[in-house]
Amino acid sequence: MKMKTSRVVILMIVAILLALYILFPFFLVLINSFKTQASIVQDPISLAGASLKQFLSNVDAVVHNKNFVFWHAFGSSALVTIISLFLLAVFGGMAAWVICRNKAKWSTVIYMVFISSMIIPFQVVMLPLIATFREVGKFVGLGMNGTLPGLIFAYCGFGGAMTVFILTGFIKGIPYELEEAAAIDGCSPEGTFFRIIFPLLKPTIVTVTILNGMWIWNDYLLPSILLGQSNPNKTLPVAVQAFVGSFVKSWDMILTAALLAMAPMIIIFLIAQKQIMNGMVEGAIK
Amino acid sequence: MNEDTNGRKILSLVLLILGLVLLAAALWMDITKTYLVVDIGTKVALRGLFLVLGALLILAGLYFIPTVMHHRTIINIIFLFPLLFTFAVTVIVPMFVGVFYSFTDWNGVSYTRMVGFQNYAAMFKEAAFIWSLLITCLFVIINMLLVNLVAFLLALLCTTKLKGVGFFRAAYFLPNLIGGIVLGYIWQFIFSNVLTKILNSPHSALASTGTAFIAIIVVYVWQYAGYIMLIYINGLATVPKDVLEAAQIDGANDMTTLFKIKIPMIAATFTICTFLTLTSAFKQFDVNLALTNGVGTVRNFMGQRLSNGTQMIALNIYNTAFARDQYGYAQAKAILFFIILACVSLIQVRISNKREVEM
Repeated sequence: MKMKTSRVVILMIVAILLALYILFPFFLVLINSFKTQASIVQDPISLAGASLKQFLSNVDAVVHNKNFVFWHAFGSSALVTIISLFLLAVFGGMAAWVICRNKAKWSTVIYMVFISSMIIPFQVVMLPLIATFREVGKFVGLGMNGTLPGLIFAYCGFGGAMTVFILTGFIKGIPYELEEAAAIDGCSPEGTFFRIIFPLLKPTIVTVTILNGMWIWNDYLLPSILLGQSNPNKTLPVAVQAFVGSFVKSWDMILTAALLAMAPMIIIFLIAQKQIMNGMVEGAIK
Repeated sequence: MNEDTNGRKILSLVLLILGLVLLAAALWMDITKTYLVVDIGTKVALRGLFLVLGALLILAGLYFIPTVMHHRTIINIIFLFPLLFTFAVTVIVPMFVGVFYSFTDWNGVSYTRMVGFQNYAAMFKEAAFIWSLLITCLFVIINMLLVNLVAFLLALLCTTKLKGVGFFRAAYFLPNLIGGIVLGYIWQFIFSNVLTKILNSPHSALASTGTAFIAIIVVYVWQYAGYIMLIYINGLATVPKDVLEAAQIDGANDMTTLFKIKIPMIAATFTICTFLTLTSAFKQFDVNLALTNGVGTVRNFMGQRLSNGTQMIALNIYNTAFARDQYGYAQAKAILFFIILACVSLIQVRISNKREVEM
């Protein structure tokens, strides 16, 4: 099937124009973080007034701002995301395996509860969640509100349903004979899971990790209500919000902060483009 | 072999007893209010430490019980416990507690009395809330159509044999990587500084309610279309090549192929995409907060002047709780939101399934 040259040219132009339109905001952020507030307001589209020196001074001002504390926020975000993803993968795999390999009524019930909980919008549990965490924290004696472990705990809870859902679908496809063979060879059930099933889950774990990772890294609402805007350990999206609130219309600062906040995700995307795009699709069609 | 079993028996007994002792100690401290604090890097209440350690020891003790018969059951419990526990505390318990609170005058910390359906009745008299509900529905409908249309066209473009298709896909998908808060501020800049310069107009699009509403849609489509596009590309790839070739041999032009073969064959993909766009648009919060923060004047709605012209329902709930401190009322709104969302998704899945079967 060969297309006519004229059509190819037209399609190409359309594709390029669309790409320019979609990437234009990123371009604006990039060029304007090299400029002073005055030159941004005067001419936000051109490169006039842009200099590397100004960029460094903008970055310096943003990074050392007491509302933003970029490295600290970046560290909190990274810590929360990585630990939550790890726990979700391990616990999710364990739970999915148990649910999948037990045909009893209770496992079906647990599975159905997980699935139906996916439709609950966050707003419904948002307010009672703070109260529940406060009460549990008070009873247990460990701070749940305002702490990173509490946030990680919440992510394990909220991410659990989708993780189990996707992993269960995959485990169903693993032949049970494999586990029977392992049992005959004297492998314990937990050994069977960690030595045989978990390694096989790897591709699906990647999918789940990408889906959960995108959500956890960019999530604003949950950390903002659990940690609060003035928490020293706030995550990046919360820090951006707190930072912008303190700079009314100082676009040089805001855009530089936006650039810094976007950078990690874009770098990761450039490295693992294929995996991320495949992961997002696979997660959606399951 | 026997010695090994004995060793395990003793180990499991020791662990179980230790765990129980710690749990009992924690409970005792809870009752007697002996709140000792220890410093292990960070300050932690001793009773909390006891509780967690005790629970872990009991799990470990269970694991070492030397039984062949019940070992599988014990493993089941241990494997399910972490996720089910976190899930119960973060989703299930708050869900039920939330339904209860929606019938009280809860202020976030405590409640003084049950108010029956008063919260639910009040929201239908609140003009600002009805407005939020209506514009959210409008937003959802427009978005569902626009995002799907744009995404489908992008997907068609990206499945032609253009050079650099991989680059275009990645470029169109890129906005989806960035969180709504950051995107919202970037677009706020574009609408209030860049577009005003380009169009040479003194007014930002965000300044008046109508255009600000359109602005939210523009940003949302821009952010979300790339993701939905990927799903359509995936769906289009499942259309068998030989069917397309057969159509071409039969003399079908591109348009007929598209409408008579491709679209009917990826009906399932349409279902998924409609569902995704529908539910995500309903829950839209971040962009709304960062772009307009819900601000916008409505001169006369239900006989009132409103100042929350671009406030979607999620933001309305948030503000009712955190800005106006009416937690019970906000919770009732959230429950209604849940019911609407559940009904809409169920209806959508029903309709789509029926259509898919017919096709």
